[in-house]
Amino acid sequence: MLALVAAHLLVAALLPAVAARSHRAAFVAGAALPGAALLWGLAQAPAALRGGVVQTVAWAPDLDLALTFRLDALSLAMLVLVSGIGALALIYSAWYFEPGSAAATRSSALLLAFAGAMLGLVLADDLLTLYIWWELTSIASFLLVGQSGERRDERRAAVQALLVTVFGGLAMLLGFVLLGEAAGTYRISELLADPPRGPMVGVALVCVLAGAFTKSAQLPFHPWLPAAMVAPTPISAYLHAAAMVKAGVYLVARLSPAFADLALWWVPVVVAGLATMLLGGWRALQETDLKRLLAFGTVSQLGLLMVLFGSGSRTAALAGMAMLLAHGLFKAPLFLAVGIIDHQAGSRDLRELSGVGRAQPWLAATSALAAASMAGLPPLLGFVGKEATFEAFVAQGRWLVALGLLAGTVLTVAYSARFLWGAFASKPDRPRTWTTPAQPGLSVPTALPALAGLALGLAYPLVDSLAQRYASGYPGKDYHLALWHGPGLPLTFSATALLLGLAMHWARDPVSALHRRLRTGLDAQRGYEWVVAGVERFAVVVTGRLQAGSLPGYLGIILATLVLVPGTAVVLGAPMPDDQPLYQHPMQLPLGLVVLVAALTLIRARRRFTAVLLVGLVGYGIGGLFVVHGAPDLALALFLVETLSLIVFVLVLRRLPARFTRFDSARPLQARKALVAVAGGALVAFSAVVFSGARTAAPAASEELLRRAPGQASTTNVVNAILVDFRALDTIGEISVLLIAAAGVASLTLATRFDRRQREHVESGAGAPEHEKEVLG
Amino acid sequence: MSAKSPEARQQRDEPREPWWFTGDRPDPAERMLLLEITTRIVFPTVLVFSVYLLLTGHYRPGGGFSGGLVAGLAFVLHYISGGQRTVGAIARVRPPVLVALGLSVAVLTALAPLLAGAPVLSSTALAADLPVLGHVKVVTSLFLDLGVYLLIVGVVLDLLRTLGAGIERDARAAGERS
Repeated sequence: MLALVAAHLLVAALLPAVAARSHRAAFVAGAALPGAALLWGLAQAPAALRGGVVQTVAWAPDLDLALTFRLDALSLAMLVLVSGIGALALIYSAWYFEPGSAAATRSSALLLAFAGAMLGLVLADDLLTLYIWWELTSIASFLLVGQSGERRDERRAAVQALLVTVFGGLAMLLGFVLLGEAAGTYRISELLADPPRGPMVGVALVCVLAGAFTKSAQLPFHPWLPAAMVAPTPISAYLHAAAMVKAGVYLVARLSPAFADLALWWVPVVVAGLATMLLGGWRALQETDLKRLLAFGTVSQLGLLMVLFGSGSRTAALAGMAMLLAHGLFKAPLFLAVGIIDHQAGSRDLRELSGVGRAQPWLAATSALAAASMAGLPPLLGFVGKEATFEAFVAQGRWLVALGLLAGTVLTVAYSARFLWGAFASKPDRPRTWTTPAQPGLSVPTALPALAGLALGLAYPLVDSLAQRYASGYPGKDYHLALWHGPGLPLTFSATALLLGLAMHWARDPVSALHRRLRTGLDAQRGYEWVVAGVERFAVVVTGRLQAGSLPGYLGIILATLVLVPGTAVVLGAPMPDDQPLYQHPMQLPLGLVVLVAALTLIRARRRFTAVLLVGLVGYGIGGLFVVHGAPDLALALFLVETLSLIVFVLVLRRLPARFTRFDSARPLQARKALVAVAGGALVAFSAVVFSGARTAAPAASEELLRRAPGQASTTNVVNAILVDFRALDTIGEISVLLIAAAGVASLTLATRFDRRQREHVESGAGAPEHEKEVLG
Repeated sequence: MSAKSPEARQQRDEPREPWWFTGDRPDPAERMLLLEITTRIVFPTVLVFSVYLLLTGHYRPGGGFSGGLVAGLAFVLHYISGGQRTVGAIARVRPPVLVALGLSVAVLTALAPLLAGAPVLSSTALAADLPVLGHVKVVTSLFLDLGVYLLIVGVVLDLLRTLGAGIERDARAAGERS
């Protein structure tokens, strides 16, 4: 399974090269991989339904990290959507994108990479593995929505999608860690077999739900999904209808067998899901952009799926599986059909389109089939799911939920009718929209999932066997998915929803008027903007306070913290050693005197050059002390560094005034600075004495290093052995810091140069070609 | 630099470069004869010493960091006596490239043991009998030190380029005496 996922990502990396020659070849070659994944999944279906196919690849065994994959009934259902719709979306893209456009090159690679990440997500059997794929899909979505980033709405939508889903993702990671630590395992299958309980688990579940809700666009996080509709249509169809937005639902479905009995789990899921279903359906009724209409429909349906998977009964789980498949199979073709209309007619506004159905009867028929499944008409898969949905809550007597779902279904029927009417009907007061028939490359991928919805509706025992396997993890009475259960409340509900929905569509003008009247100030999109702006303002305020630009201020804060926090501990906790010799070596006296005199003179220095020389003198004096103490390596390095920094100081001093600016600052301020400085110095001196007294025996680490150096590192210089062998990773980290520092110095000094001098050519130094040339050398 | 025409065959003992630094000091009064000649004589010796420090670091005080700093200081001496152009004439490689090369050498040394199936950053001693040098023993961590050496030299050269020549040019542009 890892090989399959990795193949997606590897081929995705190669696709831009193929797309440079022929973008169509790139998309079709890309479609081969999800196609192969689908075939593999179907071939493994019997084994997956028996007990699950498991693969574990050690990743970092020392950290107990492994990439674990598992194919079971739920994963199989998701795999059908992810890989099946993925392959169709890629083929559709081959004919959708402009030949040779940058969007085609970018999208081919990103769509395939997304398919790989999504496949990894649905197959992952480890919470941390799942999290990695989860975030990868968020990033793929960001890049696919943002496209070239040239248009403002693309950028805004992409950033909103990323911020919202990654916020949830990070909360989810926190939840995963809490959950994994509480259970003692990160394996999902082991977690489900023996679910942990306790207050920590409650916190974890709330965090996990935050991830699921943001990803699946549940109230109040939903606005990112309609906003993401600026992406090209195949991307919307695949990511934002069939695959990625189902990830949150998938996560709830995955964990529900273990946690659905906890009110902390099912109450938020059912409440948010119902509210989302109603709000999404209601908003869909007023959209005029067909894609946004479908997007709100998706939001609504995701709410329904949340309710089904979160409520924790066996029948609801069966209904959830049916609806999961049905939704992917009807929503993707509807999006793709909108893409065809947009592509052929140049508009997807239902106020402008008229008579498209007469011009494109096949497309209209396909869409009608898909919309009928969405509205829950027999004999389609959507109907099978709806029947089970009503049965689940009616039989349990959860009337409030059942009536909520009925209202949601009424809205679903109404916006399905509105979609068909808006896209295909001939409107008497509009001129006929001129369209040409779509190429087979566009229309076949559109028709296939809609037909699959019909086929699976007729072949409902197939779906039933898959769903039964998943639902066996839930308590509840036996129920089987079927087209005909005989007359009863569920059928009445379905018929009522159909009639009321059609009536609502028929009375669409009064409904729109009501819509306008009910509009309140409460808008989730405005809430999102308010939160983002608030965070930015807060950051500005905090930065303004902390980064005041005063060096004495920074130094003062650092020293004061040092004196207060570790200083207090040292003064209170450590015993003062009683036998302190005045010196260990006679040379310490003159050297110490030099350092002291240099430091004291430094305070009185008026010229910068004098000050730099005195700082150097302090350094050399300390280097001399190192020599006396028998640390030649340290002394050598210190002497060299002191010399170099002295020279660098002098180089910089050329551009600074010769004398320090004389501040006639107030005496209290000077006194305060002196106090902080003296306290800091005194603390360091005092701790040096205390720490030297704390060592009672030769340190074990040093002994060990000395013992090992000749044998393990083949060296007699233990300092060097530490630097390049025992602690070589530290050395690499330190030289990386040096590299960054050198790059920073180059950018800063050379940037200011161009800022100042070449204003007539360049507005800002940092982006200028001359500057770039200089920084690179 | 003396311009060589293809016809004028270079004599064996003819110096390839003039003894004088033809640096970019605009004002002859700023040139320091004694410093220039001293630099000329001392520079190669200091560089050799820096390589010695690099190699000997395994057994005596020294190592890549000290060696790199010594080599860097040799270039600093060159800069002080002759200006940026003479430094550029000796060190043809661009400083950022040298810095990146140093880090690459260090990281590749760290990863190389993986090829032999050993953990990252492990080291081993390689010994061989070479024709002239006799028995030579090299510990692989020397390459890590070599990376540090190159990187430090690069950082010092970069500082000369930015804080040295960059500031000098700024000062001249602003009409100040550098």
